[in-house]
Amino acid sequence: MAEAEPQLEARNLVKRYGQVLALNGANFTAFPGEVTALIGDNGAGKSTLVKCLSGAIRPDSGQIFVEGQPVTLASPLDARRHGIETVYQDLALAPDLDAAANLHLGREIYRLRALHILNKTEMRRRAVAAFKDLGVELPDVDAPVASLSGGQRQSVAVARAVAYASKIIFMDEPTAALGVVQRERVLDNIKRVRDRGIAVVLISHNMPEVLAVADRVEVLRMGRRVARFQAADTNVEQLVGAMTGALTTEDDDPTATAGGNGAGGNGASDNGRGAA
Amino acid sequence: MTETNAAAEAGTGGTGGSDRAPRPDRRPGGLNHLLRRTLTANESWTFIALIVLMAVFTGLAPGKFLTTSDLSLISQTTAPLLVMAIGETFVILTAGIDLSVGFVLVLSGVVAGEYYVHSGGTNAGVGTILVGVVIGLATGGAYGLMQGFMVAKLKIPPLIATLAGLGGAEGLSYLITGGHDVATVPNKLASSIGQGTLGGVQWLIIISFLATLLFGLILAFTRFGRYTYAIGSNPEAARRVGINVDWYLILVYGLSGLMAGLAGIMNLAYYSTTTISGHPLDNLTVITAVVLGGASLFGGRGSMWGTFIGTFIPAMLASGLIIIGVNQYWQYILTGIVLAAAVYLDQFRRRLRERA
Repeated sequence: MAEAEPQLEARNLVKRYGQVLALNGANFTAFPGEVTALIGDNGAGKSTLVKCLSGAIRPDSGQIFVEGQPVTLASPLDARRHGIETVYQDLALAPDLDAAANLHLGREIYRLRALHILNKTEMRRRAVAAFKDLGVELPDVDAPVASLSGGQRQSVAVARAVAYASKIIFMDEPTAALGVVQRERVLDNIKRVRDRGIAVVLISHNMPEVLAVADRVEVLRMGRRVARFQAADTNVEQLVGAMTGALTTEDDDPTATAGGNGAGGNGASDNGRGAA
Repeated sequence: MTETNAAAEAGTGGTGGSDRAPRPDRRPGGLNHLLRRTLTANESWTFIALIVLMAVFTGLAPGKFLTTSDLSLISQTTAPLLVMAIGETFVILTAGIDLSVGFVLVLSGVVAGEYYVHSGGTNAGVGTILVGVVIGLATGGAYGLMQGFMVAKLKIPPLIATLAGLGGAEGLSYLITGGHDVATVPNKLASSIGQGTLGGVQWLIIISFLATLLFGLILAFTRFGRYTYAIGSNPEAARRVGINVDWYLILVYGLSGLMAGLAGIMNLAYYSTTTISGHPLDNLTVITAVVLGGASLFGGRGSMWGTFIGTFIPAMLASGLIIIGVNQYWQYILTGIVLAAAVYLDQFRRRLRERA
């Protein structure tokens, strides 16, 4: 297929925690300018996969490719160097610092580099620009993040990721803690980021939300990818079926063990993007 | 004062978001903004408390309290405490605690004092004195780094790491001196740093104020300060953005030790003896000062300006009680009560914030 090259691809990732096999030869693919939803039941290995792909942990075996090139992600900093940013479920913000300080945390701009003297004016200016870019309205850029609402905090975390991600953004349950209005805003943000040509990976439990915002869906079950769908051609029943094991469409992995393979591909309208 | 205020304000990082008016275009340095921030800051309330305290004592003992000589005496005896409170501020901002400060002060003074005994004694020259000062600072700094290592790398809770460190410093001081104070202090040290003045102001006061200003600026305007707040606010977030949290923690405890070392030299110069058993409650006083200054024991909130004001409250209390004829040991009881009350208020504020 003459498809675009995957922005991010994982092949055969294995991660073992003692007796538990969190990832059992998992594959994953994300394309530029697309929202890829990564779904799966609790314990399916979603967070382990995301941690591997964002450099938080190292897989025991398997390969990761960024724009076709094999990479080793030994730390979150490594991942950042490859243009990969993550919006964590807990947002990973410092609540006592203001939005600008959080946006630049670990990437400070200096007035006098040799003495590590911060250029607060410039950092604030860029933060305001970044928020404006995303259409985020903060009541007070100088207020500590703790005094912002859940949605506003979420926006700060998203803006931070967007400001630095050149290729891929992972968003772990970004709307889990939000009200209806804020949820809509975050989903808008996700679409806006995608339209910049970035590959957005959305981890979510909320099926209607996944179908509303994602372009493609990849389903993880028992540490393996068991199905892929075009969001436009699928429905909640299919997604749930894939998550619970009633439906399996993947057969592209020779190392597959029982439970992850077989069944054939009824219902899945797309199986063909990307992976070998 | 205005300048220090502005500097400290800029670095408070967490003075509460009571002003939520949707005015994103507001300039950060606007006068109105500054005024509002100042009024909502914890530091301002501490300052008001200090003024009230002064007024009460002045009313109770008119003409005695707050005379020039009394004020400079308060500042002089407070100087080592203020210096230790600088380091303690950094530690508490990381959500840690350093109980060892008064004992590291003694240890540093003892080590420097022993050096003077064996090289020149009371007639030691400037060179020897400087070497002794460096030795005292290095002792405190190294001791602090060791405690930081225990906290950051061995994951021993700060309370225990510095409690163990406290015992170690106390024991070492007695072992080195055999329990007898070292009173052989170079005359030139005692007459300069100890009792001397510059332009009518005691050296002790100058040193402590300059140190406060320097580290206040570092806290408010440099990366080191920013990371101190970040680590105290959310260490996991700091780690995820690539900050070497362990390294910064070790440095912060090292700084606290270094400041205790400086206080040890000041103390040695002032009293011309090591005062081994004279600092059992310095940690209480210093921690109270920092907490009164608006710092949260949960980390992430506080400022050097607040600590500066906070340090003078226990000192005023002590001086005032003596002047109005109350047994001065009431000071410790009152300080304890004030500390408990301040931490309770901080807890209360935090709960309110989390509910919001």
